[in-house]
Amino acid sequence: MNIEEGLLKGEKRACARLITMLENNDQGAIDIIKKLYKHTGRAYVIGVTGPPGSGKSTLTDRLTKELRKKNKKVGIIAIDPTSPFTGGAILGDRIRMKDLSLDKGVFIRSMGTRGSLGGMSKATWGAIKVLDIYGADYIFIETVGVGQSEIDIVKIAHTVLMVMVPNLGDDIQAIKAGIMEIADVFAINKADLGGANKTQLEIEMNLDLNEKKDYRPSIVQVSASKNENIDKVIKKLSEHRKYLDETGEMIERRKRNAKLEVIRLVEEELMDLIMNKALEEDMLEILSEQIISRDIDPYSAKDNILKLIKK
Amino acid sequence: MERPIRVLVAKPGLDGHDRGAKVIARSLRDAGMEVIYTGLRQTPEQIVAAAIQEDVDVVAMSILSGAHNHLFPKVAKLLREEGVDDMLIIGGGVIPDGDIPFLKESGIEEIFTPGTSTTQVIEYIKNNLKR
Repeated sequence: MNIEEGLLKGEKRACARLITMLENNDQGAIDIIKKLYKHTGRAYVIGVTGPPGSGKSTLTDRLTKELRKKNKKVGIIAIDPTSPFTGGAILGDRIRMKDLSLDKGVFIRSMGTRGSLGGMSKATWGAIKVLDIYGADYIFIETVGVGQSEIDIVKIAHTVLMVMVPNLGDDIQAIKAGIMEIADVFAINKADLGGANKTQLEIEMNLDLNEKKDYRPSIVQVSASKNENIDKVIKKLSEHRKYLDETGEMIERRKRNAKLEVIRLVEEELMDLIMNKALEEDMLEILSEQIISRDIDPYSAKDNILKLIKK
Repeated sequence: MERPIRVLVAKPGLDGHDRGAKVIARSLRDAGMEVIYTGLRQTPEQIVAAAIQEDVDVVAMSILSGAHNHLFPKVAKLLREEGVDDMLIIGGGVIPDGDIPFLKESGIEEIFTPGTSTTQVIEYIKNNLKR
């Protein structure tokens, strides 16, 4: 299988294999991305985030079906948590997207977080590029179910869709820092179950206090399982995209995200470089023993490790 | 870090009994594998599409309806038609011993019947990967 050619032709197997290679840190995959990078930048990336069980997968399924009516090609990356103890994971987002498996214009990939804590995996950045080259018009990134501070999605998405559910918390939850600050569009899902008006009011009151008023996130009440108001969510996403394009904010976001990505890559590589050296010399093991016997403090231990690359 | 083995756990056909599939999914997770669970009532075409998009190492199917002689070989055949030759295909469920030779000839590499321990399944997968 020629991955490069296959990907440019929009073949799913090539797309899938390249993502696997990226997940496994394969240098060959990075070389392919380097070569094909000029083919990226077309796709519109929507981050779908929110608490566990709020309906992110089901809503993504419905939004995708709506976009397919307009013949848009859609890529979906669905992330679920990896066990920090065994490295294993149950990736179960596809269960909500069964009908999309056979759609020629849809590619779905499940990913484990593999040690990342921000709601995504390291390879997500690469996978987006793969789907972009593959030809997706829209890419949905569905994060793990988030609590309060997993906000990495904001570093990658053009628009963040926050999927809320009624009756989760009071108005104090709405004014806390963290995930409530990153939404461009709020979808209050399961609105058919009641309590959605109160949740909407709490979010509205919180938005009233925003000092930066150039864009006010919109709120839509929706029921993904009953297929109600899906078109309204699409409309609000499009409005946000239009705002980004017209105000130049899209370019600002892309630039900011590019910076963050480079910093992240440098961090990763530096970290590997240092830690591989430290592990080679068994330094971490020795230093940790010295720390607990109070022969050395953690700050000096850090200095010792950094000396490895300062030389 | 060693790369995790990716396994698609699927329930082909119409039976709604997924306790076994869930137990298998959970124990493979605990063995450090990434398990993509696709849920109930999957057609062979859906299973194959998911296996390809997820680029799994293993396709593991569970069936309790008695339709294994029809559905398992269909999945193996569709995968072959797509040019996939590096995925390990296995099956489990209430499958009579007499049906096993036919299933193996059709491309299902191993069949696990009631009484199999999860450790046996894990060991089998680890020792028989095709890539």
